Amino acid sequence: MSGFDRKAMAARLAQDIPEGWIVNLGIGIPTMVGNYVPSEREVIFHSENGILGMGPAPAPDKVDPWLVNAGKQAVTLLPGGSYCHHADSFAMIRGGHIDLCVLGAFEVAQNGDIANWATSENDTAPAVGGAMDLGAGAKRLWVIMEHSTKDGRPKLVERCGYPLTTPGAVKRVYTNLGVFEIVADKGFVVVDLAPGVTLEEAQAATGATLHTQ
Amino acid sequence: MINKIVQSMADAMAGIKDGSTVLIGGFGAVGQPDELIEALIEQGAKDLTCVCNNAGTGRVGLAKLMELGRVRKIICSFPRSQGSVVFEELYRAGKLELEIVPQGTMAERMRAAGAGVPAFFTATSVGTILANGKEEREFNGRKYVMEHALKGDVALVEAWEGDRWGNLTYRASGRNFNPVMAMASDLTIAQVSHLRELGELVPENVHTPGIFVKRVIQVDRGPNWA
Repeated sequence: MSGFDRKAMAARLAQDIPEGWIVNLGIGIPTMVGNYVPSEREVIFHSENGILGMGPAPAPDKVDPWLVNAGKQAVTLLPGGSYCHHADSFAMIRGGHIDLCVLGAFEVAQNGDIANWATSENDTAPAVGGAMDLGAGAKRLWVIMEHSTKDGRPKLVERCGYPLTTPGAVKRVYTNLGVFEIVADKGFVVVDLAPGVTLEEAQAATGATLHTQ
Repeated sequence: MINKIVQSMADAMAGIKDGSTVLIGGFGAVGQPDELIEALIEQGAKDLTCVCNNAGTGRVGLAKLMELGRVRKIICSFPRSQGSVVFEELYRAGKLELEIVPQGTMAERMRAAGAGVPAFFTATSVGTILANGKEEREFNGRKYVMEHALKGDVALVEAWEGDRWGNLTYRASGRNFNPVMAMASDLTIAQVSHLRELGELVPENVHTPGIFVKRVIQVDRGPNWA
């Protein structure tokens, strides 16, 4: 079993974003997706701190301290880009204007539930940020994450054990082992597996049944 | 003559009472009114409820205000971030009340307060522990929770330009929470990098009209932010 590394995961997801979509990328692996959308394909990136038409990181000598993404990293604005305030930025999210949101997660359940903000109900200091707004408001939510935790527990599960971010929101999961669609009344359906990964290996690493179409 | 421009931080902070709810602009360091927060520390008001997306970093600014024991409660979406040591110490010791609010709900609660809307329904947080105890209703087959407006006694905001009527513009992603916080408080105090003469700001490009602003003070943020 070899599977995708993080860059390959991000590149695999980027392949599936069509021209013209408005996309919000979460912090971590999701942010990497922006690097792999083919340059001839026009996709508009939204950042919840009030940027529409966000561009890549600037050259070190071109950093504008006033211009950061949701992860507080320096970014740029593309021609045609614009700024707005937080309530307008979240109106774009909550009003259903964002075509796709890509988030990381602790767990995704076979009914599309996502848990990605707190590790227990008594978390020492939970931090939700915009995750619940994005989960409830974007037209579609895809998750990109490792298939298992560092200590080998499955992250694709029958039912989330951690507090939910949004119930029933996830449509697709991209992991180091492959791509999995969530189909109503069925669960995880294999779209494709990473090079060198067999269905048996993917199933063994998954806490729910993997269906093949 | 209407002149909202004040010359000293003492004048900017005048009248802020103990027990106030203080809205503090910014997303991380960007658009955060550092000089006004320092002035609030100097001014001395305590038992404050602070509304701010993040809970401060290091031991300066909001973190210092909290470390001095002046903050009773913090309302934010993302308190835990790199360097939020003071927040974590106080929260773990039970010395700080925390209300976690989804970021969009937080912005909309303040926008609602500014617009005279007492409460609204949103799909955000439905089916999660953050919806516990909140009224739920169904509209067109979908569930929503009720959220209340969030009003401030004071707002500390950072803008790029301002004039004596209180009109403001913001720079790039420095806008973030500042305009909604300016709308949502009784006493909005703006620190600006540049003062402009009345009429100098392009009317079509004013981001926060002066009606929402009570005091304006010019600060020099140094070459990094020029």
